[in-house]
Parts: sequence; C-alpha cells; structure tokens
Amino acid sequence: MHELSITQNILNIVTEHAKRAGAQKVTAINLVVGELTGFVDDSIQFYFDMLSPETIAAGAKLAIRRVPAEIRCRACGEVFALQGHKWSCPKCSAPGGEILSGREFFIESIEVV
Amino acid sequence: MKVSIVEGILSANDELAAQNRQLLDQYGICVLNVMASPGSGKTSLILRTIEALQGRLRVGVIEGDIASSVDADRVATKSVPVVQINTGGQCHLDAPMTRRALAQLPLADLDLIIIENVGNLICPVDFKLGEDLNVMIASAPEGDDKPYKYPSIFVAVDAVVINKVDLLPYVHFDVAAFRKLVTGMNPDVRIFEVSCETGQGIGEWAEWVAEQRAKRSRT
Repeated sequence: MHELSITQNILNIVTEHAKRAGAQKVTAINLVVGELTGFVDDSIQFYFDMLSPETIAAGAKLAIRRVPAEIRCRACGEVFALQGHKWSCPKCSAPGGEILSGREFFIESIEVV
Repeated sequence: MKVSIVEGILSANDELAAQNRQLLDQYGICVLNVMASPGSGKTSLILRTIEALQGRLRVGVIEGDIASSVDADRVATKSVPVVQINTGGQCHLDAPMTRRALAQLPLADLDLIIIENVGNLICPVDFKLGEDLNVMIASAPEGDDKPYKYPSIFVAVDAVVINKVDLLPYVHFDVAAFRKLVTGMNPDVRIFEVSCETGQGIGEWAEWVAEQRAKRSRT
C-alpha cells in the first residue's frame, strides 16, 4: 500500500534533480533497494506507470538494483548471506548477527537528456 | 547524461520527523513509538503504562488506526489527552500525520507522548515520526518465530515487550530462544516480559519508560 506514497516521493526527488540539471526529459531512474526493506519492485513499477505520465519522468526506465542482506556474526565475526530466514551463523551457529547490508533505499542516479 | 543523486527516498519524511523532534525537545517531551501486529496489545500496554505512571509523568497519547476511534475512546477513559489519527488506508503513520496530531496536544503540559502506530510489523519502522524510542510488542500467541520473518523491526527497536506471558503455558513461545535470537540481532535491545491482563512485569517496564524520560528531561 505504501508504495503509492513512496513512488510519489521518488518522482518528486527525480523531478527536482532533473530540473536543477536543466534536463528536458528523464530517461532512466536507478534505484537501490535492500532485500530487508519492505519495498516491492513490481508495486513501485505499477505506481510509477500510474503517476509518471504528464511528468518529466514519463516513460523513464525504472532500474531497481536489489542489495542482498549480509550479516556479520556477533560471536565469531563470520560474514554470511542471509539465506531465506536462517539467522544463524554457518560457522559457529550463533543466532542473530549484525546487518551489514540489505537496508538500503535510495535513488542512486538518473539519466537525463 | 547521468545525474548522481544518492538521496534517500524517505528524505522528505526524515526531515519533517527531525522538525517534530526539535519541537518536542523544546518542551522536553519524550516520545515512544509503539509498533506491533494487530491484537498484540498495543492499546492495553498504553493503558497499563498510563496507570503505572499516574502522578509521576503527564502522559499524552496519539492513536493511529486505519479507521475508527475505538482505541482513542479506551484511552480517553484514563483522562489523558488523546488524539486519534485515521490514516484512511495507509498502513503506517508518518511524520506529517504526527505533526498534525502534535498540534492538537497540550505540549506544555506533557512529559511523555506515546504513539500507537498502525498494527503492522513491516512499514511503520521505515517512517520516522520524531520519536525518541521505538518499542515493539511481540505477544506470546503470535509465536517466537517473528524475528525471522520481520527482522527489520527487531533490529530497529530499543525495546521488545513480550506481552500475554500469562498464556505461555498454552502457546508455542520459547522465551529463552526468542531472547537469544533477538539479542543476537540487536545487542542493545531491552526485553520485557509482561501481561497486560494480570499486570505482571508492568512495573519494571514502566520504570524503564520513566528512566528514559528522565534521561531526556531538560530539568
């Protein structure tokens, strides 16, 4: 549900930066979304298609780079990928761990003409 | 041409949350953002907290729900200022909604504001409101596997309240394993075991809230 307001935010930021760059048109938007955030690619795309016509970003390609979740074991320091929902260290089996990546949610860049 | 941006998509909300924070700091108010699934006991914990802190702290409440004023009506019976926000379908509160609710509270007469977020373990954690502390409730009947399913909220909170511990004999909830997992994810977290039904553990929880407020008090 919240992807609607999120997508509006994306459009606002993109429009502001595109105007500042003196662009006529935005051709691509490069987003970075961590695996642990609650944001769904298809849903962002759906709302983008709905909200972007009539804007400077109409027809822009939405490229979403997903960042996998990486965890560091607090017991032995092993860094491992969070596979499925297994929050235990593959080396020493300690539960939990520190999240190194996977919570990203930002606009990296845009392509403009 | 490529234009580098690297701007957080929630930056507008973050900015407004920071403004809310500034406003609250002027009044020396401590704010708790209470998040949990529907039916975990958010309103019950708030009512218990108000009772436990009566005479010590002046409490105000912001109730967030998709619809209805059922929760605000329950809180109003405690004779504390309460504002109901109906999000009209949105699954979380955000900083602008909080801003409007704060404008309706007598800030000069409050020490603590408890915000009850919309019942949901996913998105509320992404939207800052201007809170000092994030708190979540994990009630025993929900099961002890929730940290695996919703890790983002468990790593973001300052405290986890295990509610409905009076039901532990009847449900699958291994408190020791849950504590170990949550502490592994978030070593600074405080974990409380309470029952809003019987009042068990409420004293310790309320004491922690009062301590947090005292730490942030200007006077």
